[in-house]
Amino acid sequence: MDTDSDVLLEVKGLRTRFRTDDADVTAVNGANLRLRRGRTLCVVGESGCGKSVTARSILRLIDPPGRIVDGEILLRRDGSDGRPAETIDLAALKPTGRRIREIRGRDIAMIFQEPMASLSLVHRVGNQIGEAIRVHNPMPRRQARQRVLELLDQVEIPNPERTIDAYPFQLSGGMRQRVMIAMALSCSPRLLIADEPTTALDVTTQAQIMDLLVGLQHQQDMALMFITHDMGVVAEMADDVAVMYLGHVVEKGPVDTIFHDPKHPYTRALLDSIPRIGGARRERLSTIRGTVPAPADQPSGCVFRDRCDFVMPGRCDRIVPPPIDLGPERHVRCLLHGGAEPEAEVTTSQEAADAG
Amino acid sequence: MWAFVTRRLLYMIPTLFVISLVSFAIIQLPPGNFINTFVAELRAQGQGVDNAQVRALEERYGLDDPFLVQYGKWISGILLHGDFGQSFQYQRPVSDLIWDRIGLTLVLAVCTTLLSWAIAFPIGVYSAVRQHSVGDYVFTFIGFIGLATPNFMLALIFVWISFRYMGESVGGIVSPEYADAAWNLGKVLDVVSNLWIPVLIIGTAGTATLIRVLRANLLDELRKPYVTTARAKGLPEWRVILKYPVRMALSPFISTIGWILPTLIGGEVMVSIVVSLETTGPLLLDALSSQDMYLAGSFILILATLTVIGTLLSDLLLALWDPRIRHAQTAKG
Ligand SMILES: Nc1ncnc2c1ncn2[C@@H]1O[C@H](COP(=O)(O)OP(=O)(O)OP(=O)(O)O)[C@@H](O)[C@H]1O
Ligand SMILES: [Mg+2]
Repeated sequence: MDTDSDVLLEVKGLRTRFRTDDADVTAVNGANLRLRRGRTLCVVGESGCGKSVTARSILRLIDPPGRIVDGEILLRRDGSDGRPAETIDLAALKPTGRRIREIRGRDIAMIFQEPMASLSLVHRVGNQIGEAIRVHNPMPRRQARQRVLELLDQVEIPNPERTIDAYPFQLSGGMRQRVMIAMALSCSPRLLIADEPTTALDVTTQAQIMDLLVGLQHQQDMALMFITHDMGVVAEMADDVAVMYLGHVVEKGPVDTIFHDPKHPYTRALLDSIPRIGGARRERLSTIRGTVPAPADQPSGCVFRDRCDFVMPGRCDRIVPPPIDLGPERHVRCLLHGGAEPEAEVTTSQEAADAG
Repeated sequence: MWAFVTRRLLYMIPTLFVISLVSFAIIQLPPGNFINTFVAELRAQGQGVDNAQVRALEERYGLDDPFLVQYGKWISGILLHGDFGQSFQYQRPVSDLIWDRIGLTLVLAVCTTLLSWAIAFPIGVYSAVRQHSVGDYVFTFIGFIGLATPNFMLALIFVWISFRYMGESVGGIVSPEYADAAWNLGKVLDVVSNLWIPVLIIGTAGTATLIRVLRANLLDELRKPYVTTARAKGLPEWRVILKYPVRMALSPFISTIGWILPTLIGGEVMVSIVVSLETTGPLLLDALSSQDMYLAGSFILILATLTVIGTLLSDLLLALWDPRIRHAQTAKG
């Protein structure tokens, strides 16, 4: 059984909002997540549901006009690396301040969706990784270079001696993502956030990169937050799963319970869309009816109700489903499973947002 | 890289050949042959010209030869003896007249470039990083005024101000008291103190353009994922910005080296006339209007050559600056 000391990072009621003159988008609307030491949390959901914004909010990498307007992001340092054990609320730090900079790359590292665009094309690989090492552990260049060579070897780049002096535009997509991983691992972070690290790669390379990540995670005993919209990847990698829809975490729990006993209609729909190979014929993939509404005009009540096959008129459009506890670490936000009691009925989406 | 440099140097040869042909064609442009014009001019001034003299001139310039032979004589005179021909108006060899002026123009070009960089870089970076701040709006406003005000107007204003309030007349690059002095510290300081006004005037429009370009480029670059990556490493914000997006946004600065000379010569004529600088612009204008064709042709040849060299320099620097260019070029060659 998990204890509280396993929790490395806890996101509570996170709301991140992009406010411009002509739009006001709440990209993450009250997300709760929990990351445990050494375990993998997969965050799934369709495009635009706020997965990347959640991840970037954790490291305070949201560019203006985006802003965290509510919630806590609690990082628990256990004191094992010589620094004092403490709990830091990342949401309360200044985004350009020194405290968050000490956490970036050192406690929490991140790799991004597009390996093509996420590396500087005019700086050598060795320079970019070496810099990541030296910003947290000042050391002579020669020593950092030695460490970079080790890292490149660790991420299974053939011929590190050559790659270290190459420019990223001379490398393939898979190699660039390996370089990104080496960079992220350079200060042995406790948590690695991987934002769809394989989406831009071909299938074979995808599998290799995922194997590499899983191997490194076990080896370094770090927590992994893996963002994807591929349920197949989730089945392969996850310990825990969080399903996001339109800025809300609609269901979360251990991977087995999510796959064998999905509660939220959206989770079920996502699971139905996995291609199954094996039968005499391959059935047509069922897709989810409708499209994700624009985050700017969120429906009242349950955000999924327009696309839900089990919608309850008069309830789902009036009540924001509260998180329902279904057992250890298992939550769902759907009125089918509770939360529709009369006293809750007065709360509409707007009021909940205002109150939050 | 060396292959690239060599190749670019070899490419210059045909370009320069064409430039020299065009320059010579300009010399040949005025109707009638210029010796007739010259003789007519001398006669008009009441000087006698004997036939032997005319024939000597005709011989020297090979006026009866076909165009290409004449061109050959002209260009070999330049290449082998530095002889650019004779200025009719000044009655002196062209080479006596032009080098000081071209030197001054080059000094002006280099100073103007350095000054525009020095001003445009911090302002451009600031305006992009603090987009929509008061400072950004102020600089944008000043920049547009700088772009919109004609240089000669600025020059006139400067002349008036310095005459009215500082009681000194702006004019010339070397003050009268140093005119015949040998070069010493005093003279250098004098030249510098006279130079900064024209440099500032000529540089305004270019500086304003550079600020706009740098700001726009940097705004684009600041949103790119590699900047987020650099931030995610834990680097201080200023280091992130200066090392990554600014580096990418700076290429236009290097390109300015290529076009500074032509724009400078176009832009400085008026300014130089107003503040009486002895640069190439006024003399070139003068030579063209009085059909002093050897003088005009030589200026055009030399300035075009310098522009080609400027372009070469900026291309080489760009290749040093941006490895993608370097590698694309190397792969080709
Ligand atoms: N810079 C921004 N300005 C305004 N809105 C933004 C900005 N960045 C993100 N958003 C909004 O936040 C929403 C969530 O975006 P996010 O990038 O988190 O989606 P995602 O779940 O990562 O999708 P994908 O699978 O395509 O990566 C988007 O629909 C978008 O409207
Ligand atoms: Mg994303």
